[in-house]
Amino acid sequence: MGDIYSIWLREMTRYVRARSRVVTSLITPLLWLIIFGTGFSSSLSIGGTSGTNYINFLAPGILGMTALFTSIFSGMSVMFDKEFGFLKEILVAPVSRTSIVIGKALGGTTQAAIQALLILALSTFIGVKISSTLGIAGAVVLILVTLFFLGMGFVGLGISIASRLENIEGFQVVANLLVLPIFFLSGAFFPVTSLPNWMKALVDINPLSYGVDAMRYAVTGLHSYALTTDLAVVVGFFVLMTVVGSILFRNVR
Amino acid sequence: MKAIETKDLVKRFEDVEAVKGINLEIEEGELFGLLGPNGAGKTTTISMLCTITKPTSGSATVFGHDVKKESSTVRGMIGIVFQEPSLDDNLTGKENLDFHGRLYKVPRNEIAERISDVLELVELADKANVIVKKYSGGMKRRLEIARGLLHHPRVLFLDEPTLGLDPQTRLHIWEYIEKLNREKKITMILTTHYMDEADKLCDRIAIIDHGKIVAMDTPENLKHDVGGDVVIMTVPNGSEQLKTKLEQLEFVKSTQLVDGTLRLSVDKGETAIPIFMDVAREEGIAVPSIALHEPTLEDIFIKYTGREIRAQEASGFAGFHGPGRR
Repeated sequence: MGDIYSIWLREMTRYVRARSRVVTSLITPLLWLIIFGTGFSSSLSIGGTSGTNYINFLAPGILGMTALFTSIFSGMSVMFDKEFGFLKEILVAPVSRTSIVIGKALGGTTQAAIQALLILALSTFIGVKISSTLGIAGAVVLILVTLFFLGMGFVGLGISIASRLENIEGFQVVANLLVLPIFFLSGAFFPVTSLPNWMKALVDINPLSYGVDAMRYAVTGLHSYALTTDLAVVVGFFVLMTVVGSILFRNVR
Repeated sequence: MKAIETKDLVKRFEDVEAVKGINLEIEEGELFGLLGPNGAGKTTTISMLCTITKPTSGSATVFGHDVKKESSTVRGMIGIVFQEPSLDDNLTGKENLDFHGRLYKVPRNEIAERISDVLELVELADKANVIVKKYSGGMKRRLEIARGLLHHPRVLFLDEPTLGLDPQTRLHIWEYIEKLNREKKITMILTTHYMDEADKLCDRIAIIDHGKIVAMDTPENLKHDVGGDVVIMTVPNGSEQLKTKLEQLEFVKSTQLVDGTLRLSVDKGETAIPIFMDVAREEGIAVPSIALHEPTLEDIFIKYTGREIRAQEASGFAGFHGPGRR
């Protein structure tokens, strides 16, 4: 338990120290939200968004984007530790590998949650309104719960990938070939229901889609999948990735 | 109880046998050296003792605890200073130490004091709150030594502790290592390919080559076995006389006259030379030049691995290592 806290503490110390990186990492999602949200809101009325402004529809997608990117790259920071030798210090200490994975995952998830909440708060200033049946408190709780499982899951995925990569070059490849498609095919931008079959299939197997859907329900009351399905998928994803991540990390030298 | 004991320790990587059966017994409080060229198996041996790598066969214990079966216990008892830097460059010196303390379960009420103790020991107290990225190479190495000690390990492993450091920093690190061993009685195991380092610091040395120990003894005995230092004095006049006089000194093992030079074999050439010069002066014999050839890693290796002796610089030198010498 204490080990997990120690690992978490280091992640958070590094995060808080990199202030400029924190600020810039907030700007991208906000820009997306402002530009796409406002732009599309004013010119299009997208079928399936029944009456809510596009910017409200998009906001949960942007939260999902933040969670995805922050978490995966946090998980992949294992690779930087490997590259710079610090991983040896961690591996040789009397700490279990599972604790290390959980500690890093919690660190990444905390960061993702902080980022997402900041964006949610800032987005209310540009016109995003929470209008679901849950009320503001309920909506925030649902968002936090979803973010927790999504975050932990994607950090686990990041750790799994980093455990298999030899060097930093693989980083770019993963970012482009895996992370961006996951983001684009998550229903962040458009409703899932009216997509052509091939695309719908891809969206359906993407855990992020369910997370975004749950958060969309929290913000707007709209959803494409059942809420219970959403939660089941993200929890399942979390469990799967923690197990896989721990196993792969155990074999890192 | 022995600090470290290994029995027929072997490590095989796919098709390469890096460590071919090592037997070691290291006493508590010893400053022990593993000396050998790169690729000899030193780092692999240490990795097995530190529970980083699992032995292919054979056994190793640290204070009676098996490295395979009780690896967590062993890790809590040992400290390691790696060859490559392993600090978190984005944290301060103090934060690096604090993190280490947490991982090694140093009691929270003691940690602050221990951190300031070790930082003082390595003279980094004033840089405690500086980000490690800004430390020099020598400072980083000192911080790693401080970190290795923080949890009061019973055994400290140092893998090439002065590799890549400038001469002055090397001297300082040697001082810390000696001080630690003397004051805290920590068992220390050092791997190095520097003969001078092993000679200066270690109580005993094991020479490793191709995965096996080829010799293990105190530095004195090892050098002694090679035949000792060779002092070469140029004596244009009166060499016979000088030879007779110097032969009588008890620390001179043997003497030989070759082409106007007087060659002597002694244990420690650097302390013998002043004495020789005094004798020469007393006898009124001029000695325009004097040279000293100390036993090197090469010499010991040649002796124990049976590889070819390199072409000698001066004639007659080979005769000095003739059958009489052992």
